Amino acid sequence: MNLTLKVWRQKNNQSEGSLETYQVKDISSEMSFLEMFDVLNEQLILSGGEPIAFDHDCREGICGMCSMHINGRAHGPWTNNTTCQLHMRAFKDGDTIVVEPWRSKAFPVIKDLTVDRSAFDRVIQAGGFISVNTGNAVDANSLPIDKKDADDAFMAASCIGCGACVATCVNSSAMLFVSAKVSQLALLPQGAPERESRVLNMVAQMDKENFGNCTNTYACEAECPKGISVANIARMNKEYLQASLTTES
Amino acid sequence: MAFDSKIPKGEMNEKWNDYKGHVKLVNPANKRKLEVIVVGTGLAGASAAASLGEMGYKVKAFCFQDSPRRAHSIAAQGGINAAKNYQNDGDSVFRLFYDTVKGGDYRAREANVHRLAEVSTSIIDQCVAQGVPFAREYGGLLSNRSFGGTQVQRTFYAAGQTGQQLLLGAYSALERQVALGNVTMYARHEMLDVVMIEDKARGIIARNLVTGELEKHFGHAVLLCSGGYGNVFYLSTNAMGSNVTAAWKAHKKGAFFGNPCFTQIHPTCIPVSGDYQSKLTLMSESLRNDGRIWVPKNKGENRKPVDIPEEERDYYLERRYPAFGNLVPRDVASRAAKERCDEGYGVGTTKLAVYLDFADAILRYGKIEAGKMGDHSASEAALIQLGKEVVKEKYGNLFAMYEKITGENPYDMPMRIYPAVHYVMGGLWVDYELQTTVKGLYALGEANFSEHGANRLGASALMQGLADGYFVIPYTLGNYLADEIRTASISTDHPAFVETEKAVKDRIDTLLNIKGKQTVESFHKRLGLIMWDKCGMARSEKGLKEAIEQIQALKKEFWSDVRIPGEANGMNTELDKAGRVADFIELGELMCKDALVRNESCGGHFREEYQTEDGEAKRDDENFSFVSAWEYVGESDWKLNKEELTFEIVKPTQRSYK
Ligand SMILES: Cc1cc2nc3c(=O)[nH]c(=O)nc-3n(C[C@H](O)[C@H](O)[C@H](O)COP(=O)(O)OP(=O)(O)OC[C@H]3O[C@@H](n4cnc5c(N)ncnc54)[C@H](O)[C@@H]3O)c2cc1C
Ligand code: SF4
Ligand code: FES
Repeated sequence: MNLTLKVWRQKNNQSEGSLETYQVKDISSEMSFLEMFDVLNEQLILSGGEPIAFDHDCREGICGMCSMHINGRAHGPWTNNTTCQLHMRAFKDGDTIVVEPWRSKAFPVIKDLTVDRSAFDRVIQAGGFISVNTGNAVDANSLPIDKKDADDAFMAASCIGCGACVATCVNSSAMLFVSAKVSQLALLPQGAPERESRVLNMVAQMDKENFGNCTNTYACEAECPKGISVANIARMNKEYLQASLTTES
Repeated sequence: MAFDSKIPKGEMNEKWNDYKGHVKLVNPANKRKLEVIVVGTGLAGASAAASLGEMGYKVKAFCFQDSPRRAHSIAAQGGINAAKNYQNDGDSVFRLFYDTVKGGDYRAREANVHRLAEVSTSIIDQCVAQGVPFAREYGGLLSNRSFGGTQVQRTFYAAGQTGQQLLLGAYSALERQVALGNVTMYARHEMLDVVMIEDKARGIIARNLVTGELEKHFGHAVLLCSGGYGNVFYLSTNAMGSNVTAAWKAHKKGAFFGNPCFTQIHPTCIPVSGDYQSKLTLMSESLRNDGRIWVPKNKGENRKPVDIPEEERDYYLERRYPAFGNLVPRDVASRAAKERCDEGYGVGTTKLAVYLDFADAILRYGKIEAGKMGDHSASEAALIQLGKEVVKEKYGNLFAMYEKITGENPYDMPMRIYPAVHYVMGGLWVDYELQTTVKGLYALGEANFSEHGANRLGASALMQGLADGYFVIPYTLGNYLADEIRTASISTDHPAFVETEKAVKDRIDTLLNIKGKQTVESFHKRLGLIMWDKCGMARSEKGLKEAIEQIQALKKEFWSDVRIPGEANGMNTELDKAGRVADFIELGELMCKDALVRNESCGGHFREEYQTEDGEAKRDDENFSFVSAWEYVGESDWKLNKEELTFEIVKPTQRSYK
C-alpha cells in the first residue's frame, strides 16, 4: 500500500517543531508500524535527509519505550496495544497518517517523536518500592498470599511505564501510572509497613512534576496498552485519604 | 597477562561458603569513599547497583534507554529457576547444578555453576520480599512450572512476563538507592570506552545521547552488565538496542573474550515473514509445557493443520526423545526443527516453520476444570471453552502477542514457529570473582561468558543475572576494593581520561566524515545474513572461512561507504547505531574464528563435520574441554588462550535426552 505520513519534526528541545509530509510506497500489510518507519527512515537517509528520531527497543510491547501519538490516539488505533505492536493491516492504501509525540508539560520533547519521561522515574523514587535490602528476606513461602490479591497485584504491576495514559488525558494526569504502583504494593502484605508514606510521597512527587489532576474521564484506561484498570485510581484515592487521616497531627 | 580462574580450593559444596568466610572486607567508612561504575541496568546491573548502593559504595549507573526500567531483561517471558523444591519432586541444589552442567554440554566451570545453584533460592526470597508478584496457587503459595532439560518443576514465573516483574523489582530497589543518594543514574548514556590507568580500569567515557556530549567518569572499579550480543545476527529476539559495544571496548583494552561462538538459537520463535523484518519475537519455552511440536508426515502437505488427521502428523521430538519429549533442551529442539524443514517437511508459506499445537492441552485442562465443577457430561465444545480459559491464564499475553504479529488466533490454530537467535553463552571471560582479565573490570549477567557452557537451559539467565548482581558481586568486589581504600578519586583531567576521550571523539568524527552511500542498517543486515548462514545453527570449516573473508570485506566497505547523517552534538540515533554495528562486524569475525578452531560439536555449537550417525552433536572432550579465552592483539588478530575445564563431580558423558 502507499501512504502519506505527516510526522512531527523538531530538532531539539529549544526549537519549534512542525508537521512534515512524506510519502511511503509498497508497504506490506504484514509490516509493523515501526518497520514502516524504518523504511521511511532509510528513504530519508538515502535522499540526503535526517531520519526521524523515535524511541523503541523491545518491539514486542513490554519495555514501554515506544510512544507515538497516531491519528490522534496514543499508540494508534488498536486497543490494548503499543505502537510497536501495531501492524500495517490496520491501515489501507491511500491513508494519511498523522504521527506526533506524547504531548504533556511533564514530558518535554527531546527531538522529533522522542520525549523525556524521567518524571516517572522520580515518582517511583518517591516511594514506589519496598525497603528491603539485599539479603534481608525470609523464605518466600513463609508468607502465603491470597491468590486473588496476588493476581490483582500482578495486573497492576504489568504497567510498562509508557506514558500513554498521560499523553491521552486532557489534564495530563499521571494517576493511572501512579495508582498502578501504589495498588500493587498496597495489595501485598510486604507493602504494608510503608503503605501510608508511600502513597503520600508518590502523590506529592506527581504534583511536583507538573502532571495534571484527575477529573475521571477514564480516557487513560481506554488507551492503556496493558489494560490497567481505573479501579486502581479508586484504590489509590482510598489509600491517600486513609493515609492523610492517620498521619495528621 | 593474568589468567587464573581463582577457583577456591576445597569441596565443591563448601567452596562458596569458604570463600565468603575468608574474603577481604571493606569497612563502612571506607565504602563511602569508593566509587563504582555500573554499566547497564538489566537484571544484573540493577541488582548490582542497588545492592552496592545499600552497602554504602558510591555508585554511578548507566543505561542507553530513557529509563533503567527498560533494559532488555524486561522482555524475558517464561521464568526463573531456583532449587527450592517447593513441589517436593526431588529437586535440590545438587540437581540444579547437575542439570546446568549437563545442559551446558560440559563446557561450564563446575565451581561457578555450583555457586549459582546455591544462591538460587535466596533470589526468590529477595524478589518476593520486594513485592514481585509471582504466580501463586489457591493456597497462596508459589507456583512452579517446567522448562527444558529438567525433569522437575523449579521454574518460578509471573504469567509470561517474568523478566518484567523481576526487573521492576530490581529497578525499584535501584530507584530507592537513587532517592537515598547512594546511586547516581545516567539514563540515555552510552559507554564508549574503558579508561585504563596503569594496568587497572579506572573509569569510562560515556556519550550523553541527548546532547551528544562526551563525559569522563572515574570509578575505583567498573562493572559491565551490558547484556548479550545476539544482535550480531541482525535478526534476533533481543531488543533493538542490545549490542556488544561495552564488552567489545573492554576486550580491546585487554579483557579476554570467552567462547564467543557459543550462541543460543531458541526453537520457538515467530518465523521470519519478509525482508523488512526488524526483529524476531520469542514464544516462550514455557509453552512447551503444554504445546506439542509436529510437522506433517507428508512432504508438500497443503491442508490446514486442523484438517490433518492425527496419524499423518509427526511429533518428531516425542518420537526421537521419548524421555524428555517436547521439553528437550533448546539446542536439541532447534536442530530437530531445522532437520525436518531441511528435509522438506516445513509448513507455512516459507516452509521454514513447524507447528506448536495446544489442542490437546486445551482439552486436557477443560476436562480437569469440568471435573472440578463435578460436570462429567460436558460437551467437547464446552470442555474446549473451559480449557481455553486455563491456557489463557497461563499464557494469555504470549497468545495475544502471537495474534498481533501474525493475525492468527493460536487458541484455534496451531502456532507456526521456527528457531531464532536468542541468547549468547559467550561473553567477557571472567574468573570466579567475575573479574575480567583487566584488574578492576568486572562482567556480570549475559555480558560474561557465563555459567551455561555451550547451551543455556531455559529460565537460567534471569537466575544468573540476579545471582551475579545480588549475591556474588557484593562479596567478590570487596576483595578487590579492600586494597583500593588508599586510592583517592582520580581527577578526570588525568591524561589517561583525556586521551581516551580524544580517541572516542576521533572515531565519532571519522564515522561522520565518511559520508558514503550506504545506510548503517544495510550493513547490519548483510552482516546478519553472513552470520546466520555460516555461523548459525550449523557451521562448517568451509563456510566459516568464507564468512571471515566476507566479514573483512564488509568491514572495509563499511569504513569507506557508510552514510551517517547529522552531527555529533545532539541526539543522533544513526550515529549510535553506526558505532554498535562497527563493533558487531569485528565481533562477527572473532565468532567465526572461534567456531573454526572448535573442531567438535557441543551444545549450540554444531559443526557439520562432527556429528553422530543419528545427527546428534559429537563432543570431543579429549581435545576441546576448555573455555576459549581470546586475547585481542590487533586488527583481525587474536591469540587463543585456553582455560582447561576439569570435572570433579559431573563426569562428562554423551548428553542423552532419549
Ligand atoms: C525475548 C526474550 C525472552 C527471554 N526469556 C527468558 C526467560 O524466561 N528466562 C531466562 O532466564 N532468560 C530469558 N531470556 C534471557 C534473559 O532475558 C537475558 O539473558 C537477561 O535478561 C540479560 O540480563 P542482563 O542484565 O545481563 O542484560 P540486559 O537486560 O540486556 O541489560 C543490558 C543493560 O546494559 C545497558 N547497556 C548496554 N550497553 C551499554 C553501553 N555501551 N552503555 C551504557 N549502557 C549499556 C542497557 O541499557 C541495559 O540497561 C530471554 C531473552 C529474550 C531475548
Ligand atoms: S498505566 Fe498504562 S498507559 Fe499508563 S504508563 Fe502504565 S502501561 Fe502506559
Ligand atoms: S518498543 Fe518496547 S513496548 Fe514498544
